[in-house]
Amino acid sequence: MSDPKDFVAGVDSDQRRSPQRVVFVTRRTSAQVKANYEEQVQTYPEVLFRVVLAIEILAIVLVGMALLFNAPLEGIADPTHTPNPAKAPWYFLGLQELLHYFPPVVAGVLVPTMLIVSLVIIPYFNINIEAAGLFLHHRRRRLQIFYVTAIGLLVFLVAFHVYVAAVPSLIVAIAMIVAANSSPQSKSASCRYLSKKPMAWWVMTWFLFELIVLTAVGTFFRGPGWSWVLPWRS
Amino acid sequence: MPGKTDKILEQVEQSRVWRSIFRSGRGTSTLHRALAIQQNVFLHLFSTKVRKRMLSVSSTWYLGTLTLGTFMILIITGVLLMLYYHPSVPQAYADMKDLQFVVSSGLFLRNLHRWSAQAMVFLVFAHMFKVFYRGAYRAPREFNWVIGVVLLLITLLLSYTGYLLPWDQLAYWAITVGSNLSKAVPLVGSKIHFLMLGGNQVNANALLRFYVLHCLILPLAALLFIAVHFWRIRKDGGLYVHQSEPKRAGAVDESTLVKEAK
Repeated sequence: MSDPKDFVAGVDSDQRRSPQRVVFVTRRTSAQVKANYEEQVQTYPEVLFRVVLAIEILAIVLVGMALLFNAPLEGIADPTHTPNPAKAPWYFLGLQELLHYFPPVVAGVLVPTMLIVSLVIIPYFNINIEAAGLFLHHRRRRLQIFYVTAIGLLVFLVAFHVYVAAVPSLIVAIAMIVAANSSPQSKSASCRYLSKKPMAWWVMTWFLFELIVLTAVGTFFRGPGWSWVLPWRS
Repeated sequence: MPGKTDKILEQVEQSRVWRSIFRSGRGTSTLHRALAIQQNVFLHLFSTKVRKRMLSVSSTWYLGTLTLGTFMILIITGVLLMLYYHPSVPQAYADMKDLQFVVSSGLFLRNLHRWSAQAMVFLVFAHMFKVFYRGAYRAPREFNWVIGVVLLLITLLLSYTGYLLPWDQLAYWAITVGSNLSKAVPLVGSKIHFLMLGGNQVNANALLRFYVLHCLILPLAALLFIAVHFWRIRKDGGLYVHQSEPKRAGAVDESTLVKEAK
């Protein structure tokens, strides 16, 4: 064995935790820290106690709501009499809002399918696994792609008169421009915060923002014929 | 007389019958506590130990736990509601009125079911976004995220099918609006629409189909996926710890191990 050995060996000194633990680190590689030793507690009783407590508090809140507010019940179903507007359950009102602008095959089939597919594939795209800020590397190129995408999206939304979705997009785009012009050394804390956010964060935040705005508009601001109404006027 | 009760309890817990059911036996040692989790068919889905900092409210907001809580309330109230409900037209609506005016606590039962259902939809979404923003979907937890998406869809379907059951105007037209969307699917749209409703429009057949989906098929599917979802947490190395979350004192970094080696 004339070859120099290709690794260094070490022995873990924490006898209580693991009686014998040997680590080999090959040369020209750096050891990755994959896990830290952590203080742990027993699931029984510490975690189970908290779980039961959390569910009990939830139950008390919901029972209180059930005592105070009655579930809606309208007249018996009548196929000959269409209410105006006929609204879906609240969590689908974002889609129903889109249905107002786009044909059903887009708002009712294409958009939900795309949403589900993109939710499923999120963890399988290792983009930005180290979660670096979007504009911290390849700034020029990424800014170009960002401007093309953002302006394209906004023109598309405005062309179809989807101002309800265009406004949140515009706000997120402005936040992204702020992020692009900030760095982790910026003076303002919010600029530092935004500059560190990876692409996945921006996409999800945009989605969450659109979801909230579209659902809220569909729930509170839509009246007969899906016209714009103010909730405090009716 | 606490002394006597303790003695009786102890005798019961040491009896042959009790020990045949709960094999781990009495004791407060770490081993006994670990066995209490490991030897229970429901609890063994969870790990016997949890990182201490995951207990803090800020790390998870207990959103998954609370979602489970709403689901349990929904099962209990749902089963009770089934005792008073006929999935037929127009009896379904009459049953709603009975729940409101005749059945004792019927209104409360329906209110609790309704608000818990709304809470569950909200909590599932909140749980998803919290998991995303913590980065807890990353490897090796990718597949658990996918199961979570499936559970999100099941939750939405459960809520949607339940929406029709009161058979009032609100229910009827919400389902009409929603089910009309399925017609827009290219090629097979009208077939899907017909399959879903058991007819060309929302009618008694649709009510029965939604009832079976709501009370049997979807809850069973939900239970199955919830079990896998929980089990995968353990299999994927416990709840995800975000790097930015502060370490506790006494935590030993594995990088020290490497330094010792050199």
